[in-house]
Amino acid sequence: MVKGGDNMKNISDQELLEKSELHKKAAESRESARRYQEKFIGKTMVPEFQADGQKLKTANELVIRRSTKKESVGYRVFVVFNNILMLMISLATLYPFIYLVAQSFSSEAAIIQNKVSIIPVGFNITTYISVLSKGDFLNYYKNTIVYAIIGTVLSLIFTSCLAYPLSKPLKANKFLTPFVIFTMYFGGGLIPNYVWITRLGLKGSMWGFLLPMMIGTFYVLLMKSFFTNTPKELEEAGELDGLSKIGIFVRIVLPLSKPIVATMTLFYAVLYWNHWFNAFLYLRKPQWPVAYYLKTIITGASSAEPGEVTAEKMQIASNVKSCAMVLMVLPIICVYPIVQRYYVQGMMLGGVKE
Amino acid sequence: MSELTDKSAVRASQKLADADKSKEIVVRRRNPLKKHIKLNWQLYAMMAIPLIYYVVFRYIPMAGNIIAFRRYRAGSSVLGDEWSGLKYFNQFINQASFRRVFKNTLWLNVSYLAFRFPMTLAFALLLNELRNIRWKKFVQTVSYLPHFISVVLVAGMIRELVSASGPINNLLESLGMARVLFLSESKWFTTIFVTSGLWQSLGWGTILYLAAMANINPNLYEAAEVDGAGHFRRVLHVTIPSIMPTIATLLILDFGSLVGSGASFEKVYLIYNPMIYEKADIISTFVFRMGLGSGSYSYATAIGLFEGVINLVLLSVANFTAKKVVGNGLW
Repeated sequence: MVKGGDNMKNISDQELLEKSELHKKAAESRESARRYQEKFIGKTMVPEFQADGQKLKTANELVIRRSTKKESVGYRVFVVFNNILMLMISLATLYPFIYLVAQSFSSEAAIIQNKVSIIPVGFNITTYISVLSKGDFLNYYKNTIVYAIIGTVLSLIFTSCLAYPLSKPLKANKFLTPFVIFTMYFGGGLIPNYVWITRLGLKGSMWGFLLPMMIGTFYVLLMKSFFTNTPKELEEAGELDGLSKIGIFVRIVLPLSKPIVATMTLFYAVLYWNHWFNAFLYLRKPQWPVAYYLKTIITGASSAEPGEVTAEKMQIASNVKSCAMVLMVLPIICVYPIVQRYYVQGMMLGGVKE
Repeated sequence: MSELTDKSAVRASQKLADADKSKEIVVRRRNPLKKHIKLNWQLYAMMAIPLIYYVVFRYIPMAGNIIAFRRYRAGSSVLGDEWSGLKYFNQFINQASFRRVFKNTLWLNVSYLAFRFPMTLAFALLLNELRNIRWKKFVQTVSYLPHFISVVLVAGMIRELVSASGPINNLLESLGMARVLFLSESKWFTTIFVTSGLWQSLGWGTILYLAAMANINPNLYEAAEVDGAGHFRRVLHVTIPSIMPTIATLLILDFGSLVGSGASFEKVYLIYNPMIYEKADIISTFVFRMGLGSGSYSYATAIGLFEGVINLVLLSVANFTAKKVVGNGLW
């Protein structure tokens, strides 16, 4: 069983064999690791309840099962009403997107005549082709992708490197936790931040865009409370196996933190993808992300004096605007439902304190 | 062969470990701090860069607020040139446009909260009543979507939807009414602000409520049913009381941010224009125009600091209250 290799590991394995107590403890820990994994990484989303020997996922399911028995007329009316209302809310939420898509595929003439409301009129893809064939747009899009990737990776590293030690009973945390949380309540305002970032020489570089939002305190706290809920026995097992503190974090805690890491990845990626204000303050034109480019075409064309802008000019802009907006939002719409399971879980575990 | 050396190595290391232990005990008596650091230095090392980040990008700008009391001109030091006392505070307190933006901020926040709070709660309760899990998931997924959308897009959508030739005006016309330039008349601003805000946040706001509802023990529902409670009574007497702590916490914390204008800055900035400043201008947009627009850095910082301090006080009070009343604060 124990042959050659890492000396440290041999010793600890030997010790485990000799001291059966420790061995048992480690086994228990592994067992609880398995259970933990099943519970949080597996299919379940919310704490389970044991009722009458039946496993029930949520309180909701119980209501569902019971409601098939017998229903009052009032309740049946309510169910119909409720479903219609939910349908309407969903449609109302989706409508602005539908409208944008319809506009982006419509002909200019149709939009000018106010014909477009849900379905594209005078279907064409020339708007898309003209937007995409302009070098500018693709460049801004490329910038956004670069910023989102670099920013998300760095944010994930630094956020977890801060959140994990904060979740431990370290002596300094009595001081460090308030130190971090206080920034949620109070900060340098717009002007002091602007003055300082400029003074640091970050204006005109992509770090001016990325660094000011590199670590979100809310996200740190979300991760921290997730780590706090990681079973202690697991980390003790790691310690018995001779892992260092960082080793425990990398080899044991992180692999168990898939839900929160996925949540953070989504949140940070969306944050960088959507952000425009730092670009406005600190970036030069070739460095713009697509969000800021959108800002310039949205507030540029229509805006202050609607009467003065000629109808034609406004409509063409509408066409292009919608097209650019659809292109910008498309990746988010494609990705966020896939990760929904994780972020709902992540929000719940982080938000619901013990 | 190798096992033999292993065993002797084990024995040797045990001896060493014992020696270490006795040493540790002595060390612990002498200097617990040293031992703590020796045990946990890796954790502290992990935190080092993020903590430096907090100093550089959070605390130094915080200290930069000092230019509210000092004269700052382009090119002077980050902390300003010379003391100016409360000059800038006196300036804006007596200014009519400052009172206007303060009033607007408060009004927009109150109107928004008045609609958002009950509607989010109602939406969560209704969502919880949906029987078909897939249908429920679909409604949730769709209603979360606006949360992930850039403010730029939200602003773009608002502008498109309410534009003179947009679908809302088309609808008005087909109903025989005149077209309205919504973004040019200040009386429409609150409506636009609140409606778009609801669109953005209604779904996402339900997450914490749904989490609280999922944590309700089903036995309570069963007990209520045995007692003869129908569906509505179960909601009234089981669901709502069970999520009351969540409701109270969120409400109290919402009250704490009633004077804040930072969260609305981007949306307002992207849809307002001078014609509707009367209703649309809020503290943060005012600070922006005064500071980066007209270059009155110290003046703008003073206003920002004023708002920041009020927010700090209100949020602390709210958090304290939430902890006292519900036993659960922000964090």
